[in-house]
Amino acid sequence: MHMAKTLFDKIWDAHSVLDEADGNCLIAIDRVFLHERTGSVALESIIENGYSPRNPSAVFATMDHIVSNKVDRKADDSRTPDGNVFITATRDAAQKTGINLIDVLDEDQGIVHVISPELGIAQPGLTLVCPDSHTCSQGALGALAWGIGSSDAEHAIVTGTLRVKKPPQMRIKVSGKFKEGVTAKDLALHIIAKFGAAGAKRCAIEYTGNAIREMSIEARLTLCNMAVEFAAFTAIIAPDKVTFDYLKERRYAPKEVAWKQAIQDWKTLFTESGAHFDYEYEINAEDVQPTVSWGTSPAQAISISSEIPENADKIVLDYMGLSKGTYLKDYAIGGAFIGSCTNSRLSDLRAAAQILEGRRVKDGVTAICVPGSMAVRRAAEAEGLDQIFLAAGFEWGVAGCAFCFYAGGNTFAPGTRVISSTNRNFEGRQGPGVRTHLASPAIVAASAIAGHICDPQNLKEA
Amino acid sequence: MRPFIKHTGIAARFIRDNIDTDQIIPSREMKTVSKSGLKDGLFAGQRYISGRKSNPDFILNQEPYGEASILLSGKNFGCGSSREHAVWALKDFGFRVVIAESYGEIFYNNCIRNGILAVQLSADEISTLGQTVKIDLPQQKIDNHYFDIPVADKNILIEGMDAISATLKQKDKIDEFFEKDEKKFGWKYP
Repeated sequence: MHMAKTLFDKIWDAHSVLDEADGNCLIAIDRVFLHERTGSVALESIIENGYSPRNPSAVFATMDHIVSNKVDRKADDSRTPDGNVFITATRDAAQKTGINLIDVLDEDQGIVHVISPELGIAQPGLTLVCPDSHTCSQGALGALAWGIGSSDAEHAIVTGTLRVKKPPQMRIKVSGKFKEGVTAKDLALHIIAKFGAAGAKRCAIEYTGNAIREMSIEARLTLCNMAVEFAAFTAIIAPDKVTFDYLKERRYAPKEVAWKQAIQDWKTLFTESGAHFDYEYEINAEDVQPTVSWGTSPAQAISISSEIPENADKIVLDYMGLSKGTYLKDYAIGGAFIGSCTNSRLSDLRAAAQILEGRRVKDGVTAICVPGSMAVRRAAEAEGLDQIFLAAGFEWGVAGCAFCFYAGGNTFAPGTRVISSTNRNFEGRQGPGVRTHLASPAIVAASAIAGHICDPQNLKEA
Repeated sequence: MRPFIKHTGIAARFIRDNIDTDQIIPSREMKTVSKSGLKDGLFAGQRYISGRKSNPDFILNQEPYGEASILLSGKNFGCGSSREHAVWALKDFGFRVVIAESYGEIFYNNCIRNGILAVQLSADEISTLGQTVKIDLPQQKIDNHYFDIPVADKNILIEGMDAISATLKQKDKIDEFFEKDEKKFGWKYP
């Protein structure tokens, strides 16, 4: 009898080289992505140990984590002290090993999880790994993509495989229609708050349901991006027409006959009826509110109009400078950031620009937008979005991870409250003492205008 | 990789949930392209006060915990960034074992890859452990507590397996796989 398979099972089985009988499997890896922060170590170690890539054309490196985001940046400029060594080491090692390098000043440069889909490198049914925890983003295209450490990256590059234990599986079905103004970011925060920071139990999560089907690829990328924030192995969404339309004609997508073959194979990538999941949950899209984090874990998030919880941890409240029983809108902000692999794509910038148009950022708020890739930046400029951001008082940077995390160098002052379209609100994540509130680009834009945490629906007319 | 069989050492108690890899080693402490020399960056956010003076309130600055080789913590230890530097910093400081209620997935795998034993115990079990803790991996015992560990991970640690050379011994099977795969899924191979 045929055992019904999940989408994950199908991709896993198609990549299983060897079952080692003790629970480990050797899984074939189709693509490896690197960035300068962790990829440099992996590449140097490969060279030092006398190894070489099994298939250098399947390995890509970008520069995103610590590159300068200033418009006039030079090839080695870093936003962190001594960060240039990571950039030059990656460049040198990429040349020595013959892998594909997307360098700082290349027109394709950008954040790995933005450019991999954009260039058509992430594709349905492929296995793709990267020494970066947010690699789960790329499951949005129906790829089995997950974050690994540098040692595993070396292993994948040299052997074309990884030794992995098959994770348990979870299905989260999202049904119904989102309310006006509710985005994939709100859904991600809603789910993490509901399940807790360890709630995904190291599962491979499949997101299904009509609300997921109706999402654009960019929205799916935002949703899958945050799977790691509640301890998932990764997240994946079955490819569909939205996926195929997105990938068609992209640089590295299959072409002509290969495209037709690919589509045939991709159409088989879905979970069969009756397939087994270790955990199954259902979420009603109508229940999702515009959501903002209040604490120092992405799970500490609430509807923007709710009170700070009565049972909130005192250490967290002290760090965040909040009191129980108050509302997020009661708190003034000093910073606003739109960017990162979570929310820095064209649709994110459009949503923010729609709110910013004809308005000015409140005095005293430092507002920064850093598009996720140079291609996103060019597309935004072609629509005049840069002019809207600049006229509103936002800085308009060049692509990279930017203010998503602090690695030394310039950031917000200690104690500053920052509303941010990023994925982590850990203590010190954006700088020592910086208080991060995670939210959608629309909420970040509205808050920058209001000068306090603000639902776009409550923004006074300009 | 150094095999892991048995270990007895001082256990430092740092019981909090969701200790992320940014806390284990802040990004600003990753100063060179290297896997070593990271011990000064370990828990830098908590370990130092202004002027990089030692913070007397932090456990690793209190005797005898500067010599600790076992770290006790709470739920979801090592969540967040994939940076293997978190494990390299722990190792560089002298840690050989982490005992926590649960782990971030990538951090856990990074531990195994570097010969660090990461054990899951309940909060109650962790609370009973004393200042000196004895670990026997083949017997799966921590003092008197039995612990579970996936067989695959146990084998890697006991053998001190060098993962890449072990895999390259299977090169024929890998070659055969890719040959068949290319025939079947030509579109994947531009």
